[in-house]
Amino acid sequence: MSIRVGKTGNEAVAEAMRQINPDVVAAYPITPQTEIVQIFSSFVANGKVDTEFVTVESEHSAMSATVGASAAGARAMTATSANGLAFMWEVVYIAAAMRLPIVMPVVNRALSGPLNIHCDHSDTMGARDSGWIQIFSENAQEAYDNAIQALRIAENSNVLLPVMVTMDGFIISHAMEVMEILEDEKVREFIGEYVPENPLLDVDNPVTIGPIDLQDWNFEHKRQQAEAMRNAKPVILEVAKDYAKLTGREYGLFEEYRMEDAEVAVVVLGSTAGTAKAVVDELRADGVRAGLLKIRVFRPFPAEEIAEALKDVKAVAVMDRSDSFNAVGGPVFGDVRSALYDVENGPRIVDYIYGIGGRDVTPDHIRTVYADLAKIADTGQVENLLTYLGVRE
Amino acid sequence: MAKLLEIRWHGRAGQGAKTAALVLAEAAISTGKYAQAFPEYGPERMGAPMKAYNRISDEPITVHHHVEEPDIVIVLDPTLLTVGNVKAGVPDDGIYLVNTPLSPSEMRARLGLEGSKAKVYTLDATQVSMDTIGRNIPNTPMIGALIAATGLLELDELLEDTRRKLSKKLRPEVVDKNMEAIKRAYREVAS
Repeated sequence: MSIRVGKTGNEAVAEAMRQINPDVVAAYPITPQTEIVQIFSSFVANGKVDTEFVTVESEHSAMSATVGASAAGARAMTATSANGLAFMWEVVYIAAAMRLPIVMPVVNRALSGPLNIHCDHSDTMGARDSGWIQIFSENAQEAYDNAIQALRIAENSNVLLPVMVTMDGFIISHAMEVMEILEDEKVREFIGEYVPENPLLDVDNPVTIGPIDLQDWNFEHKRQQAEAMRNAKPVILEVAKDYAKLTGREYGLFEEYRMEDAEVAVVVLGSTAGTAKAVVDELRADGVRAGLLKIRVFRPFPAEEIAEALKDVKAVAVMDRSDSFNAVGGPVFGDVRSALYDVENGPRIVDYIYGIGGRDVTPDHIRTVYADLAKIADTGQVENLLTYLGVRE
Repeated sequence: MAKLLEIRWHGRAGQGAKTAALVLAEAAISTGKYAQAFPEYGPERMGAPMKAYNRISDEPITVHHHVEEPDIVIVLDPTLLTVGNVKAGVPDDGIYLVNTPLSPSEMRARLGLEGSKAKVYTLDATQVSMDTIGRNIPNTPMIGALIAATGLLELDELLEDTRRKLSKKLRPEVVDKNMEAIKRAYREVAS
């Protein structure tokens, strides 16, 4: 029996971390992630977890200590946001290359500058090529569920990659809503005992970790890393299947919302998906064949699956909560558009960059997107490949 | 109850608007309803005007955007009536609940709502909290006044859930004082 509670996104993720009971957490506070670390540190102080909590002086050190702990054989976690993630950068790549199954909640916040503490996806989108698996959450429930599933994904011997689990800063992290939590023993049973591969602390079987790797082998190791990311897709689906048995909540690489016979569709990640679902319901009631595809797993990118899901749609709008500043469009747009390249007579596709620096996105904004799509579906013509939605210009 | 009820709290940072929204949401959730509570964050400094929001419904709530057309506005600090527009986005038949010693008809005039279908409720929540809790914490009594005005929850449901929540943080005698504040507000809110 799961327990129905009201929790903020940060409380939900801190609760998941308590139930996971990692061996080591090394973290540094940054808005809007601070509460996760603060609540978790109270669990440590009150003896609710067995975790060695390392208070570090920066995020670079937080990730370095987490990497060290994970290499030693510990189940190690940290959490961050925005500039904290940026400050970790060097070690974020090293964690992935060393194939360390670290799980890190990231509370999405605009990367400075100008200085801003509110939600956009520029922080984690910047890390999309770092070799980490990236799982996005729509609400507090999904942030909790994804954090628990992430352990099993990261630690799978065919994967062994670190995982970022995101939620939208303030919109989810600081908003209370209804969710269900599992009993502690159910979580512990689900994630199981961690058996590290080649831990440094196994002194009877000494290994070298992180040595210099030049022209002779570096390429082979990067090739293996790429293969691990490919392997992650089926593992993510297997873990989701097991999780559904436990909770009844089903997860895939993405969620298709009212996509049956859809003529127009929006592709979106994070909390905006929930707002867009309400608009889809409204449009469907008016007879508009509108659907929504919410990407859950952004890395590995489910290109074939998304192409299959969108192939019969006439017009697709990708919503990007960050800009690539490539003078073309946002990062999600680039990937979705590329995925559709081989689809014969595939949909027309446009991009909307929205919600930058926490700019509120309302049902009215999303209605205009679907109205634009209806026009594109009718005429087959794209007037604006890229639109900045809800900005003064 | 309406399919989706939206509430906007106006307070000054430190007066507990955010906490009130959280307490209300948690109480609603404990009765089986669906609810959201979220503050509007800006530069955080004591005394600055701030807002917090609730959505409450019998159905799951998926939307995640600001509340722009609240059914109910709650003003924790009467000095805010001259600072921002507490009426922004509120429909004609909206409900106002204001912490003030003024009567509802005086407050209606003050808000410029004469002749409108709006409902105006007042409570001297500052006085109630001074008398019961011994400090100016208007948020707790205002929750009691809200449920008296709207029937959103049963008084017993609110008291039970708030007692459970406050008992984790406060001494039993302080919890009792908060309970008294809610009950007195429930009785004294005027319309």
